Amino acid sequence: MCKYLYFLILVGVILSCSDDTTDTTETYLPTPLALEVPTVFSERILPPILPVNNPLTVEGVALGEKLFFDASLSGDGTVSCASCHISSSAFTDNDQFSTGINGNRGTRNSMPLFNLAWNYGERFFWDGAASSLEDQAFEPVTNPDEMGNTWPNVVTTLEQDPEYPELFRMAFGEDEIDSVRVVQAIAQFERTLISANSRFDQFLLGTLELTPQEENGRNVFLMETKGDCFHCHGNPNNPLWTDNIFHNNGLDATFTDLGLGRITGDPADNGKFKTPSLRNLAFTAPYMHDGRFQTLDEVIDHYSEGLQDSPTIDPLMKSVAQGGVQLSEQDKADLKAFLLSLSDEDFVGNN
Amino acid sequence: MKKWSKLLWVFTLLFFISCSEDENDENEVTLLNVTLNFSHNWDGEEVTNADFNTLKYTNANGEQMSIELLRYLISNITFKPLEAERIAIDGYNLVDVTNNSGLSMTINDDISAGTYEIAFTFGFDNEDNSDGAYLDLNSASWNVPMMLGGGYHYMQLEGKYLATDATEVGYQYHAIRAVDITGDEPRFQDTFFEVNLGTITITEDTTITVDMNIAEWFKNPNQWDLNVLGQQLMPNFNAQVMMFENGQNVFQLAN
Repeated sequence: MCKYLYFLILVGVILSCSDDTTDTTETYLPTPLALEVPTVFSERILPPILPVNNPLTVEGVALGEKLFFDASLSGDGTVSCASCHISSSAFTDNDQFSTGINGNRGTRNSMPLFNLAWNYGERFFWDGAASSLEDQAFEPVTNPDEMGNTWPNVVTTLEQDPEYPELFRMAFGEDEIDSVRVVQAIAQFERTLISANSRFDQFLLGTLELTPQEENGRNVFLMETKGDCFHCHGNPNNPLWTDNIFHNNGLDATFTDLGLGRITGDPADNGKFKTPSLRNLAFTAPYMHDGRFQTLDEVIDHYSEGLQDSPTIDPLMKSVAQGGVQLSEQDKADLKAFLLSLSDEDFVGNN
Repeated sequence: MKKWSKLLWVFTLLFFISCSEDENDENEVTLLNVTLNFSHNWDGEEVTNADFNTLKYTNANGEQMSIELLRYLISNITFKPLEAERIAIDGYNLVDVTNNSGLSMTINDDISAGTYEIAFTFGFDNEDNSDGAYLDLNSASWNVPMMLGGGYHYMQLEGKYLATDATEVGYQYHAIRAVDITGDEPRFQDTFFEVNLGTITITEDTTITVDMNIAEWFKNPNQWDLNVLGQQLMPNFNAQVMMFENGQNVFQLAN
């Protein structure tokens, strides 16, 4: 009897040792991370889109941040995501077209990155080519004008790195590295880039008064008979300051870049580009999908006097035959003051 | 004797229980699912988003026109049984023809078999039209600026028309609560309206199709001239009242 008892104890010890070994070397349960939703959003708009197949975790976000800033993802080790998405510029750069590997340049202006989890339609890029944030992160790595790498090469590089296998194990429970996990981690990090502390946000929260010029600028923004910016760019009840959909805003009479039309194949979508958020304009020049406008004054002049007619111009573009809404110089200055009140110094690390 | 007495009690109890169950069966009400579908036509010709973006319609004023965007809000759906209290369905529905969303809504387990007068409100009544109150509508940028009274749009109909000089010009037929802001104080006039779809007998799970004749917005009683009333209509008090008047015959039950 005693012999069987010893045998059972021995088996029990072996099994418990075996379990311990498995726990410490193969699996890891990442720590769930709750996205902190700013009050100015939670009181006004729907919750962020957080995919169930890529939940935020502390370890996943940390890995994504490391990957975002790591130039080894590019073909020659010189370009990272952060090369064109610089934190002090609200995660864009200030070039008309960003410089990728070998000095190659793209054809579109780098988009700023913030509040991406509130893109309810989940169409990313200027032309909506990506249908999720994860999908978006796939493209630049292999684009010859951006990071110019191959995914197998990226995976090999990361596998041979002394830190990444362990970081992937902590983020995803196992140390296997593949492209899906790379973009999942980057997307997790990008979802944590939240901008919601501009002067206007503070006004909405009741902690700050707007200047008279900013107030008049807000009225120019909201009046259909003046700027009528709000139909595409949100309003105080939708403080994303974008509708996240696609419009032809009268930049060109003919198109060299079809925008959304290139993706859908529908001629009615030619010349349509995603409405950018008006947050952080102080840091994100130049403007438009092709970075054609160096200053906010040029942007306002465009809507006031510079509209170009075309078959797909948005019906919201008014007085096209006259070139636009014909704002007075005072209204232009006030509108600019209001637009700058949407910039968030905290987000770019100025405070 | 005692034994018979006990048996009698048991039978009596069973009798009452069975009667009680029968009564429940008789009073049990089966609740049905009613689906409201929203369809659209131009004087009888079906309109979907596949018809958008081309100048294929001619309005009552003779302008060729296209539709590029159509979305509208309905609320306060009610089912009024004969000689009984009106059943109000909570919530609202944003019909977005452009994106094929909100074209169908199902009312689950609120309606029993019977004959009802069915109605809804186009837009929001003043009590419901509370500024910023609905997160989904805010997220859809459906708001009306506070300087125009706040609250929400009732409809956004946009597209282009062929102007008198033969150029294509954009129009924005946006319906809101009428407001005149030219004086010291804003002056409002209600422009939401009840749409009575008539009487329907419901005996099983049912689908009801509500049809909007888009051409009616430009026709009756006000023949709409887009050359005059094509843009900046939100702060145009008279235009909003005219939209209200033209909207009265826009909706009907589909055959």
